Amino acid sequence: MKRSIFALVVGLIFGLGLCLSGMVQPAKVTGFLDLAGSWDPSLAFVMAGAIAVALPAFLIARRRKAAWIGGAIELPTKRAIDAPLVVGSAIFGAGWGLAGVCPAPSVVDLGFASPGAAAFVASMAAGMLIHRAAAGRRLPGLRLLAQDA
Amino acid sequence: MTIDWAHFTPFSALAGGALIGLAAALLVLGLGRVMGAAGIVGGALEIRDAEAPWRWSVIAGLVVSPLVARALWGAGAPVFSAHWLTLIVAGLLVGFGARLGSGCTSGHGVCGLARLSPRSFIATGVFMTTAVATVFVARHVVG
Repeated sequence: MKRSIFALVVGLIFGLGLCLSGMVQPAKVTGFLDLAGSWDPSLAFVMAGAIAVALPAFLIARRRKAAWIGGAIELPTKRAIDAPLVVGSAIFGAGWGLAGVCPAPSVVDLGFASPGAAAFVASMAAGMLIHRAAAGRRLPGLRLLAQDA
Repeated sequence: MTIDWAHFTPFSALAGGALIGLAAALLVLGLGRVMGAAGIVGGALEIRDAEAPWRWSVIAGLVVSPLVARALWGAGAPVFSAHWLTLIVAGLLVGFGARLGSGCTSGHGVCGLARLSPRSFIATGVFMTTAVATVFVARHVVG
């Protein structure tokens, strides 16, 4: 229960940050990605602000073993720069550029009762389930890419 | 390149970013987990997993945040101008790609960079590049 309430507050703060920063507006995102057009550098400030606050927390987290609410602090341990990382990120970026929407803002946009966000989130969930099926059943072709994801 | 000064919002971007960073800081120190949205949504789909409940709670917080943002400063609703077919294709690419690449804008672009993870620096460089290339093709080649 404690974990759920804490996670709810985290989600709320995350969502408020996305609303305030403009990340929830697809046009704001594509305005940042459109280097050749009229460029809006705002989202670089979003990243800078987020990293400036998160960086010290991760430095502390690396030295601690237990989380405040209990349980172990689990940080990613993988270090290999492999094909799934590069190919997956390339595919993700293409989708991000196509609509100007990435996972967290799309979920926030559901709360604005946006039909476009609903279509995007349903499709995104389908994409995630396709990945899981490919990784689990080792479909030919996808096997090499998805095996360690 | 020309700067779009009319839409440039450095202060709200920085403040919003700081809130995103605060959420990531609280999640890693409080629950011991990395705040990657693709991992949270993808993991939440594993309904029987012991990690699913906190992920659904984060999702619930994200979904209710617009109500609070509206009440606090009258945050405007998003405008989705893309064709629904484009949104479907984009959603599939985002969902599949982020899971295959082990992260998205928040997991790699915020938390990964803040952890100084070499994998996340590569991932962020790659997805920024293909996103910029996609927008370039859509707006200046095809569009």
